[in-house]
Amino acid sequence: MRTPVFFLVSLAVGLALFFIARQYGNDYIFFAGYTVLQFIVLATAWNILGGYCGYVNFGSAAFFAMGAYTTVALTKFPNFANRYLPESIAWLAQGITYMPIPVFMLLGGLIAGLVGLGTGYLTLRLRGVFFAIATLALAVVLQTLIVNWDYVGGSRGAYVIRPATVPLIGNYVEYLFLLMMVLSVIALTVARGIERSQLGYGFATIRDDELAAEASGVPTLRLKLVATTLSGAFMGMAGAPFPYYIGFLEPSSAFGLAYAVNSIAMPMIGGTTSWVGPLLGAVLLGSLQQYATVTISSAVSLLVVGLLLVGFVIIAPNGIVGLFQKFVRHKEEPEIPLHDPAEETP
Amino acid sequence: MDFPVELLINALIAGILLGGFYAAVTVGVSISFGILDIVNIAHPAFIILGSYIAYIASSRLGLDPILVSILALPAFYYLGAAIYQVYYVSFEKRGQEALRGLAFFFGLLFVTEVVLILVFGVDYRYVSAPYIDETIRIGMFDLPLRMLIPFIISMLLLGGLQLYLTRTYTGRAIMAVAQDQFALQLMAADPIRIKRIAFGISIATASIAGALLIVIQPVEPSVGREYIGRVFAICVLGGLGSLPGTVIGALLLGIMESLTSTFYGPSWAPAVAFGFLLLTLAFRPAGIMGR
Repeated sequence: MRTPVFFLVSLAVGLALFFIARQYGNDYIFFAGYTVLQFIVLATAWNILGGYCGYVNFGSAAFFAMGAYTTVALTKFPNFANRYLPESIAWLAQGITYMPIPVFMLLGGLIAGLVGLGTGYLTLRLRGVFFAIATLALAVVLQTLIVNWDYVGGSRGAYVIRPATVPLIGNYVEYLFLLMMVLSVIALTVARGIERSQLGYGFATIRDDELAAEASGVPTLRLKLVATTLSGAFMGMAGAPFPYYIGFLEPSSAFGLAYAVNSIAMPMIGGTTSWVGPLLGAVLLGSLQQYATVTISSAVSLLVVGLLLVGFVIIAPNGIVGLFQKFVRHKEEPEIPLHDPAEETP
Repeated sequence: MDFPVELLINALIAGILLGGFYAAVTVGVSISFGILDIVNIAHPAFIILGSYIAYIASSRLGLDPILVSILALPAFYYLGAAIYQVYYVSFEKRGQEALRGLAFFFGLLFVTEVVLILVFGVDYRYVSAPYIDETIRIGMFDLPLRMLIPFIISMLLLGGLQLYLTRTYTGRAIMAVAQDQFALQLMAADPIRIKRIAFGISIATASIAGALLIVIQPVEPSVGREYIGRVFAICVLGGLGSLPGTVIGALLLGIMESLTSTFYGPSWAPAVAFGFLLLTLAFRPAGIMGR
């Protein structure tokens, strides 16, 4: 299937789901569905860097929060301009009030993408582990910055007033759901497109043997920076509508470790080698968490995610997709035993 | 207004004491990440586990938290050895430590934290010991015992480990395994066994570091996350795998943080470690005492 066709088909599937869900007339479906879609974007974005290039990002929450706080900063600006800035600027600033959420998403994506680029540029020239550690620390530092930044509410948090309705669609939650649906279709299309392009092959060479790739003339640093920027930008875009969804944003919820864990666990459990994995993982784990949060408690649902992550990386390193492929292969042909590198060298 | 010299010197002293404590927190990672090349990002979670064990024993049985942590050393050692065994079989042997090994430790970090939240809740816990509220005053300088005792214990721990690594057969084997696993095998030592022992020791230090942590400050399950950046910043700054380097890195970071929180406010302190880490990675990735 060609990329534009894939885009249209998945968009159609998404819209069909949207209209089916609308028949039920139940807001909760959209509330829960939004979270699952958000995780599809996060997991796919993580996988562009983690699955395709083999670089682990522990700071998904930081990129997500960058997007969310871009929205908060923008919505606070008209008020701020009214109070402190000359009238002409204040008048211009009122325009922000009328900006639609997709604009916020683009800006949030831009900021998060730039942060990704910067972090990548400073750490990706070294061993991969340092990048992973830097992203972990990045989350802590950005949180410190936000906590100390009174303009966006500091540690007290910030309210974002959500309009009750939007023209054409009506219910606001349905509108947010629709936006996130389109974003996840875009993210999946981009991920699938990368897999089949030269870029994807370049990423795969980095994952398999970076030194050999470098030696064969693959511009590894540039490719890695493309991946970090793209991955960060999608996470930021996923975060931008979040303040509208939740209504009240505070640093500890925006930077919650749950985002970081989920965006690693979902691709790992689904399978990291293709776009299907993150999708599968996000739908399964996302729904499971929604269910467990409602019936048991949110802490228990997170525990389940953590245990599944540990279990899967030990037992099924290629995730559900890998298990499936193994099953299919077993049926078709007997597996040739691979030689164990550990036996050769101590 | 003249410059507050007294404030500056007190901030320096507090920084040195804090840095000493950071050395105890980092030494486990210096061994696992620096020497064994195992990126154990779950180390801070084990430290918090140590804090809670010290908390339970001292609040229920009235024992001294640091004494408890020394008694708990064997348990932590075997926990570490068991984790290494799983890690070796599942990742190192298959050559998958880069991506999946990291995810494994991240999962461990998260599971430990969530379990602690489920069991103890998110309230801050603290311990009581006779020395926690005492302060020695020398002239105009303050030496709170709450910081001084962790500093001394930490220096003893680091000194002991350094002697162990440089003077004993097993210790030297641990240093050797970092350089050449194959050569170690020719010397009739099993590299996997040596690594298991070393990883066990690295987790065991988390027991002591945890007790020191809860002596210094109240602890809740997610406190550990703040230490991830610090621990790796110190480890990289000091030069991977060098214990004297770890002490120097820890002292530097402690002093920087103490100065930052004295002159800019404590809420900025966590950002210092990251700045340090980024600068080190950008300008001197080998660290101060790097090989």
